Amino acid sequence: MEDQKPQFQNQSSISQLLWFFGIAATFKILLIPSYHSTDFEVHRHWLALTHSLPLSQWYLDETSPWTLDYPPFFAYFEYFLSFFARFVDPQIVHIHEGLNYKSNAVIYFQRVSVILSDLSLLYGVYRLTRNLEPRKKVLLWVLVVWSPGLVIVDNMHFQYNGFLLGLQLLSISYLQEGRDLMGGFFFAVLLCFKHLFAVAAPVFFVYLLRHYCWKGLVKGFGRLSAMGAVVVAVFAASYGPFSYHGQIQQVLARLFPFGRGLCHAYWAPNFWVFYIILDKGLTFLLRKLGLEIKAPATSFTGGLVGDSSHFIILPEITPSTTFVMVLLSLSPCLIRAWKNPRPGSVCRWIAYAYTCGFLFGWHVHEKASLHFIIPLAIVAAQNSEDARHYFLLSIASEILGDNSFIRLMMRDVTFFYAASCYSLFPLLYEAQEYPIKALLLILHSVLMWYGFSAQFTPAEKSGEELKSKGGSGSVVQKRGFHIGWAGKSYLFGLLLIEIWGQILHPLLLGDKLPFLPLLLVSLYCAMQMMYSWIWQLRWIMMST
Amino acid sequence: MAIKSKKKSIKQAINTENATDHDDYISLLFGSEGIVAPFLCIAVFGLLVRLAVSLHSYSGAGNPPKFGDYEAQRHWMEITTNLPAKEWYRNSTSNDLAYWGLDYPPLTAYQSYVHGLLLRYFDPDSVALFTSRGYESYLGKLLMRWTVLSSDALIFFPAVLYFVLAYYGSRPSGRKSDVIWHIALILINPCLILIDHGHFQYNCISLGFTLAAIAAILSRKDLVASVFFSLALNHKQMSAYFAPAFFSYLLGNCLWQKNPVLEVLKLGFVVIGTFALIWWPYLHSTDGVLGVLSRLAPFERGLYEDYVANFWCTTSVIIKWKRLFTTQWLKLLSLGLTILSCLPSMIQQIMAPSSKVHEKSILLPLLPATLLASELPCLFYVLMHYALFSMFPLLCRDNLIVPYFALHALFILLYLAPCGRRLLRPHFSAVDIAPLSLTTLLYLCSIVLHIVYFTSHPPKKYPFLFEAMIMSLCFSHFVFLALYTNTKQWMLSKQLTSRDKEKKLS
Repeated sequence: MEDQKPQFQNQSSISQLLWFFGIAATFKILLIPSYHSTDFEVHRHWLALTHSLPLSQWYLDETSPWTLDYPPFFAYFEYFLSFFARFVDPQIVHIHEGLNYKSNAVIYFQRVSVILSDLSLLYGVYRLTRNLEPRKKVLLWVLVVWSPGLVIVDNMHFQYNGFLLGLQLLSISYLQEGRDLMGGFFFAVLLCFKHLFAVAAPVFFVYLLRHYCWKGLVKGFGRLSAMGAVVVAVFAASYGPFSYHGQIQQVLARLFPFGRGLCHAYWAPNFWVFYIILDKGLTFLLRKLGLEIKAPATSFTGGLVGDSSHFIILPEITPSTTFVMVLLSLSPCLIRAWKNPRPGSVCRWIAYAYTCGFLFGWHVHEKASLHFIIPLAIVAAQNSEDARHYFLLSIASEILGDNSFIRLMMRDVTFFYAASCYSLFPLLYEAQEYPIKALLLILHSVLMWYGFSAQFTPAEKSGEELKSKGGSGSVVQKRGFHIGWAGKSYLFGLLLIEIWGQILHPLLLGDKLPFLPLLLVSLYCAMQMMYSWIWQLRWIMMST
Repeated sequence: MAIKSKKKSIKQAINTENATDHDDYISLLFGSEGIVAPFLCIAVFGLLVRLAVSLHSYSGAGNPPKFGDYEAQRHWMEITTNLPAKEWYRNSTSNDLAYWGLDYPPLTAYQSYVHGLLLRYFDPDSVALFTSRGYESYLGKLLMRWTVLSSDALIFFPAVLYFVLAYYGSRPSGRKSDVIWHIALILINPCLILIDHGHFQYNCISLGFTLAAIAAILSRKDLVASVFFSLALNHKQMSAYFAPAFFSYLLGNCLWQKNPVLEVLKLGFVVIGTFALIWWPYLHSTDGVLGVLSRLAPFERGLYEDYVANFWCTTSVIIKWKRLFTTQWLKLLSLGLTILSCLPSMIQQIMAPSSKVHEKSILLPLLPATLLASELPCLFYVLMHYALFSMFPLLCRDNLIVPYFALHALFILLYLAPCGRRLLRPHFSAVDIAPLSLTTLLYLCSIVLHIVYFTSHPPKKYPFLFEAMIMSLCFSHFVFLALYTNTKQWMLSKQLTSRDKEKKLS
């Protein structure tokens, strides 16, 4: 009987989790006709490319500007999907005729593939939460399965982040259970799907080495070789065929295009925004002081993606600089992980690693904020301080995801401008989707607010009941979850910036300075990111 | 599905330990908050679903020369913003009534006027007289969609909140998650969303007023109720289907008062006042009133305009009648269903002859929640299923199949929501076998018909064979359900009266 009971609970929790997923899925299906960015065509082209070319040509092909720049497992994934795609409509997978193909068939096929691949996220969440108490469980499901950032980026913008994050959660869940080998395996698989997750690799390396392999000389060596064999096997399965064709150099060149600029698109909301602004400020100051400074040909405000930028006064930033910066910022966490490798902290460390990568990385995309938002959601259910931190961060990062969406559309529009002068379009192109995004954010915030409040109130209530028993009858009922005046004013500022960008700026300035609202949002969110980084760092250092 | 949840319910009944904590997701998420916080969340989600549906196509999109309901509404905005109020219902050189002439009561015309002003401000081309016929653009569609959305959010949503507060406010018992489940089913009503935000209509306004009237009755404010219901009647003449119920209740209530004549006079004054206010521009002459009235009555329309024949000239006479029947009937359905979801006793009053209706039966919601909850969810589900199904051909024509299936799935999910499951349990265990098996069989039939309609073409001889089949299946169900509810409600009201007697005795 005792054995049966947890199993029954598991079953019912599966069906309930499926319910949450189903609600999300029906909504995602409704979103199928919404605007999709160029990433849609990117993935469509990859379907065609993997289907109609031999494997040796995958990383060489240049039929479309959207060359394959994800690791091989993702290419295999597209190859797998392409069989179904051909079944649906052969033109989807035709390498030349399929270019910019936009029939209903291809839209529905690709959108549905994203919705179905989210099952991986579902399984990851299920594994992670199955041993939690119901209250936390529900909260986590709401935070992850109904994450608005994922909906916007995956189901409107078009990407497969839910699928990849599912693998990430799976790996974390294995690590938390102490099954390090499986955890390592899934992380290796994840790396072969999308290399941007490699930021967390040092954390995994140190943790696994210390927690799994550091068990005496003989046993330790055995475990080290087991782990090594697993990782090597995964990488061999992924990169092996390309190494057989002697294309490793080519694949790596595609994966790490260092020719691109420091910041993705115009203003990535990370540490480098402050650096750029410092540079601009210094230039301005020195010019005022009478020094003559030559302005470079391209600047951040006007450049397109791919332009490498030039700083005027401050030293140039190279990929290796950012690499060293990321490692440096990671090092406190690595030391912690080495000294005290607790499975309970793994999730926090991984989130921290992605935060570092986001803040100091090279050519960072705003969407990368999803990488740390989802693991942080899991941490957030643990205590109210984490919850408060998460509340603000997730709102900021969702606006960022949104922002990146706008930015990509801006890029499309800039291309569009070159072809024809269509003056009304830029003001309208996101009007249809904007209310959806705004309401998603509002719904998420409200759910988070009440969820966290319900989560963290009871403990404090009992404390207060004790107090009120002591005699003071007029104890004001205080919430267990509150964001404080700083948080409130931050949110208020965010609201003001959003209103400025959406309503006031187009009204007052019209077409002038089109990137000013985006700049403001980036800058404002970058502040939140920096704060969040410091906060996480402090937490990691304080924890014992 | 039914069997599955039955099994589960039995299992859960066995495993009752901690069941209250496990099942009650609402309290897990919202803690001890009141109804308003969950209502807010559901409302935002409802808006999201509406917005997402509005991304899809509308009726008659890119289908000249007559287009569809979208064009009709747009045309009314064009007429009302460009012509004086007296001309709105009159055939003239600038107002060709044969082309989507205004045939709804004046409140709809005013609503079109207000929305038309909005459209004119942002997109003047979309409501320009004559030149805007068949106008379709990205911005135009967006603005039109937003007018429906805003009327939904401003009228229907508050009405639902008012209804819920009035309905549940009067009795302390009842689980909070039941209330929230109920709210979700009312706010995310697939029929209403599909017709308003997909097909394109403004049912939310008249339904919102009707709902507000019901809520006012529940909180015993008869005068307010009569104002709201007059507004509903003046927005859509289809609301007259509820009129017998309202009329009999309000009148009966007056007669039971100490001073019946004064009460009736008060009521009459309020109703006539509301009507007079709305019909003001047409009250100057009897011709004006008759002109509007002749536009509202659909049978006269066919006589001198040949509007219907034009529209259906390609189809045969039999089909024409069938179609006419179905589209009108659909509108009625979408109306009836929403109300049914809120107030089951309504249907009894609609179906039963008004003279026989016990005026107290409208107070049926005051019954213990368990009675309603154990009887109605399953019925409600079956009814909703067939209502949706009867819309299927229409939505297929509008290219709204994807939202149709998505919303159908969403409805099933909400219906089976973890927090609402307890409601369903008693029903499945205490239902008669014969009706259940019959319903299941017919249910399977409807699923098969879905697939058949979707995949194969009908024989050339009978192009509307499948539609006819769908309609007859649905119609038989509605008759069946109407009979069933009637008998049930009569039994309930008997119980009620006997209980009242007991109360009086004790």
